Amino acid sequence: MSSTTLRAQESPGSTRPPQPDSGWPPTPKLVIGGIIAVAGIALVLYLAYFFNLTRVLNLVGEFHPFVQVVLVVVGFVAFVAGMLYLIDIAPRSGKIYTLVRLGICVLVPFAVLLFLNSFEWAAAVGAVLGAGLFLLDYRSRKGKGYLIQLVGFLLPAFLLLVIGLILPSIQTVGASFMNSSGERFVGFDNFIWVFTQPAAIRTVLNTIVWVLIAPAVSTAVGLAYAVFIDKSRGEKYYKVLVFMPMAISFVGASIIWRFIYAYRGPGETQIGLLNQIVVWFGGEPQQWLLDSPMNTFFLIVVLIWVQTGFAMVILSAAIKGVPTEQLEAAELDGTNAWQRFINVVVPGIRSSLIVVLTTISIASLKVFDIVRTMTAGNNDTSVIANEMYTQFKNFEGGRSAAFAVILFLLVLPIVIYNARQIKKQREIR
Amino acid sequence: MSEVMPVEVPVDEQTKRQLQRGERRIEATARKMKRGATSKWATVVAIIIAALWTVPTFGLFVSSFRPEQQVKTTGWWTFFADPEVTLDNYVEVLQSGNSTLDLAGSFINSIAITIPATIIPLIIACLAAYAFAWIDFKGKNFLFILVFALQIVPIQMALVPLLSTFSRGLTIFGVPVGFGLDASGGYAQVWIAHSMFALPLAIFLLHNFIAEIPGEVIEAARVDGAGHGGIFFRIVLPLSMPAIASFAIFQFLWVWNDLLVALIFADGPVAPITKLLAEITGTRGNEWHLLTAGAFVSIIIPLIVFFSLQRFFVRGLLAGSTKG
Amino acid sequence: MRSDVHRRITLPLAVLAAAGLVLTACAGDTRGGGGESAGDNVVTVYGTIADTEAELLEESWADWAAENDIEVRYEASKEFESQIGIRAQGGNPPDVAIIPQPGIMADLAKRGFLKPAPQSVQDNVAEGWSEDWAAYGTVDGTLYGAPLMASVKGFVWYQPAKFAEWGVEVPTTWDELVTLTQTIQEKTGAAPWCAGFGSGDATGWPGTDWVEDLVLRQQGPDVYDQWVTNEVPFTDPRIAEAFDAVGTILLDPAYVNAGFGDVKSINSTEFGDVAPALVDGTCALHHQASFFSGFIEDAGGTVAEDGDVWAFVTPGIEAGSNAVTGGGEIVGAFSDDEATQKFITYLSSAEWANKRVELGGVTSANKGLDPSLASTPILEQAISILQNPDTTFRFDASDLMPGAVGGNAFFKGIVNWVNGAPVADVTTEIEAAWPSE
Repeated sequence: MSSTTLRAQESPGSTRPPQPDSGWPPTPKLVIGGIIAVAGIALVLYLAYFFNLTRVLNLVGEFHPFVQVVLVVVGFVAFVAGMLYLIDIAPRSGKIYTLVRLGICVLVPFAVLLFLNSFEWAAAVGAVLGAGLFLLDYRSRKGKGYLIQLVGFLLPAFLLLVIGLILPSIQTVGASFMNSSGERFVGFDNFIWVFTQPAAIRTVLNTIVWVLIAPAVSTAVGLAYAVFIDKSRGEKYYKVLVFMPMAISFVGASIIWRFIYAYRGPGETQIGLLNQIVVWFGGEPQQWLLDSPMNTFFLIVVLIWVQTGFAMVILSAAIKGVPTEQLEAAELDGTNAWQRFINVVVPGIRSSLIVVLTTISIASLKVFDIVRTMTAGNNDTSVIANEMYTQFKNFEGGRSAAFAVILFLLVLPIVIYNARQIKKQREIR
Repeated sequence: MSEVMPVEVPVDEQTKRQLQRGERRIEATARKMKRGATSKWATVVAIIIAALWTVPTFGLFVSSFRPEQQVKTTGWWTFFADPEVTLDNYVEVLQSGNSTLDLAGSFINSIAITIPATIIPLIIACLAAYAFAWIDFKGKNFLFILVFALQIVPIQMALVPLLSTFSRGLTIFGVPVGFGLDASGGYAQVWIAHSMFALPLAIFLLHNFIAEIPGEVIEAARVDGAGHGGIFFRIVLPLSMPAIASFAIFQFLWVWNDLLVALIFADGPVAPITKLLAEITGTRGNEWHLLTAGAFVSIIIPLIVFFSLQRFFVRGLLAGSTKG
Repeated sequence: MRSDVHRRITLPLAVLAAAGLVLTACAGDTRGGGGESAGDNVVTVYGTIADTEAELLEESWADWAAENDIEVRYEASKEFESQIGIRAQGGNPPDVAIIPQPGIMADLAKRGFLKPAPQSVQDNVAEGWSEDWAAYGTVDGTLYGAPLMASVKGFVWYQPAKFAEWGVEVPTTWDELVTLTQTIQEKTGAAPWCAGFGSGDATGWPGTDWVEDLVLRQQGPDVYDQWVTNEVPFTDPRIAEAFDAVGTILLDPAYVNAGFGDVKSINSTEFGDVAPALVDGTCALHHQASFFSGFIEDAGGTVAEDGDVWAFVTPGIEAGSNAVTGGGEIVGAFSDDEATQKFITYLSSAEWANKRVELGGVTSANKGLDPSLASTPILEQAISILQNPDTTFRFDASDLMPGAVGGNAFFKGIVNWVNGAPVADVTTEIEAAWPSE
């Protein structure tokens, strides 16, 4: 495909008003980019056809790790760039673009099916799917090439999501109504078991406590911190201090907090900081992680400590996105800092706030490592994810899946709230 | 590009310098304006928070230089009264390893696992987030909510089906459909697994930022005749850089510090550093004091990443192109 | 804009690349990231034995592997118990697993993941192990694996010099042990026993060893075996009796927890952190398996009859009873290719047992083992106990029970019991966790 052919396709009947300096029709640079992109896609397809994914990966696996990284990343980026280029030219009218559309429609399903490692099937199904897609796309009411664009943008994500998360979730929901070996349908027995065990009920309640406390506190502290250090001189370094807990693995974090919560009897040498402070003030050392319900709160502190960094980084980026003009305008109106914060900053970062709260809520629902490494769920501190893992480990697949389903149900309110928000945003637009 | 595009940044050096000067000036005036009673209190509170958040880690840092007996019998704050410094813990950690892998090798593995496992899901998520934000289609809200809800799937639940998919091929309701990835022993399955688990949160976070981009900017480009590919590449990507950078940091950290996925998908010679550190405590875990040094050995790279991506959090990328 | 972004990305990447290159330069031959699939003469082994002990394990078969041109790749994991199930179900198991709990081996065998032991292994087991031991590798009449190493549990550690100073003797019956505790308490005015049950997500396991010791000694091996299979449930009064007997020592604030605090501090003390207290004398008595000698040496004490610390086996109800509990590993195979079979045959031989014991730190119950090879006095004593035909040996009950009980509920029950929950509640809760089917 050369620049001349591309130009030749600029049909005079095109409805687009001519745009000076708009970058269209394509410059030679763009054409070269396009050629490289098409070649990249062709190469990937050729490799898929010739080797299939496994063999390609094994071939790449022969190299030094860093060479592998470069190969994979560059290959992937080239592939995406090529795809975007094709998506870009797909909607145009003209014979050559029709051919391009047809090519994409047949090649993509074909390639996807090839990755499923069966050549004959791939050829047959790919052709059928491709033809169907092409027809749909060609007659699409939103303009030709519309479907291709949509599929191009969404297919990679959905392919991974279906295999990695959606199918396992469906299987889990199924498993929760089966016995431990997954051979017999037992109805709601597993759920009945969960809600008749005092320890299991406690587990569910603990999870709810986590979700009520951790997100609110980490977001509040993270936001306050982000605002206070914003535009200050050592901002970068301030950030690193609070961000550090995120960078330490959970194994490290559990050791850190062991040095905080450790208990030695009265009169012994304390090795836990918290008890040492209590002793300095003349108190009795406490078993922080032993006495329920306080122990759950002390575990929640660890999650807050870790997640505040997340809240701070995201909210800090959002605050920087609040237009300075608005802040300056408010300042000229003579408002004080607090009013500016409430009336300008908070509305400006509202959606980010929701995102952060949601994300940390979900992290709290799924909390696992902290509980597992620090108390192993003993002394009434267990949470659903920990219990799920424990049951699974003991080959109690049904009970484990039942816990997972309860986790799904607990997250529903968060999902519904966010769904509403998304709808609202759409209406505003 | 046309004059309607406020984000167009000329690439010649002179203008760039001018812009930077301008930005600095804005910052300076902002700083001047902030002077007052509130900022003093703000600084105090910020310092208190920073201290509270730093002390636990600092304690670990001090402990990592103390001899084993001291770590296990006295508090780390006694170090200042009677400092006894040893590098034993670090020496021990740096010598750790097993017959198939030493620490340096696992370090390389960690880097080799983390970079693609950060970049691949980011790109895929950006594409999907863009589609959800700026392409209209039927069932869009439903699909988006589905993706969002997938965040709740606990990783532990998906491990067995996924491992089974990689080693035996995909089966849907007992029907085999292929997709076996018989490349165990390489990085591929770790990359793919991490990418899968990262997508829901990545799409959710990035969608939020991408949807915030003022419609006028997108519209202007569209009038200029740019297609979705062009808009994505030349407008959406640069404008959502802060969001992309922040997610990249977090994804990098999650993958870097992950142990659960590595345990299952990264066998012997491709094991990351977390796997090695989990072993140094000995069969019965009684060598736990070594984790003090281990935590700091493994934190170096994440901090480099954090500092180098900091530069993307710049004020004013969206300046002049807002709705309000 | 794009070039701007581009430039901003290249710097961090360059920094990372540079860091990586420096590392590579330091590392030399890294052997990382090979994508070669396990060939015919590669055997992958997965187990819980980590760090130094893993090095000794690999050393023990290195010569044999070189001779037979078989490459053995050993991988250790703390998460073995959960990972082995996941890997087996996911279709990516190792060739060989070194399983510390016969209960898990039975779970894997029942679900058809393990391959039955080949004839050569069966012959070695018949020759080298007692019937009790062979039974631990057998599920429904089929032998799935041979035992590997063994440890003796239920030692009581003490300082011989201190005993001489107080003028007390090593007890020969349980009652004498309780009297001894009282005597020491009166002489020193401090709690004689120290205990630590902390162990990550297995917190509580040292306590199960206590209860098992008492069940075996009070009720005898038959009741013990029925208890393992749940014919005698946890709620049986005979099991409660064992809990109560242990409680006379562990729940008495006058007797525990030397150097660490009150009764509840037992749960928050790491089981390994007790060793320094034993060496410096703040703690007079401690109940733990034979491996504890390593911890004592780490804490700077010598373990010998005339050394800093020595141990006697928890005495029976009658003087001279020879019942001990212990642990060990079973070697299970997920593959039946030739290399794997040769390898597990070698592991089940007396030749391997001698070689490994010679390297130090462990014992084996193999009859063909030469006790003089043992590296320390305590291991020598353990071997003589294991090889003594009069010894009634029983495997750690929590390792034999299904994972839901032995690897979880029993531990948690112990923790609650130490925290003050009544025995009846604790045993009821443990019994409730017994698998549905």
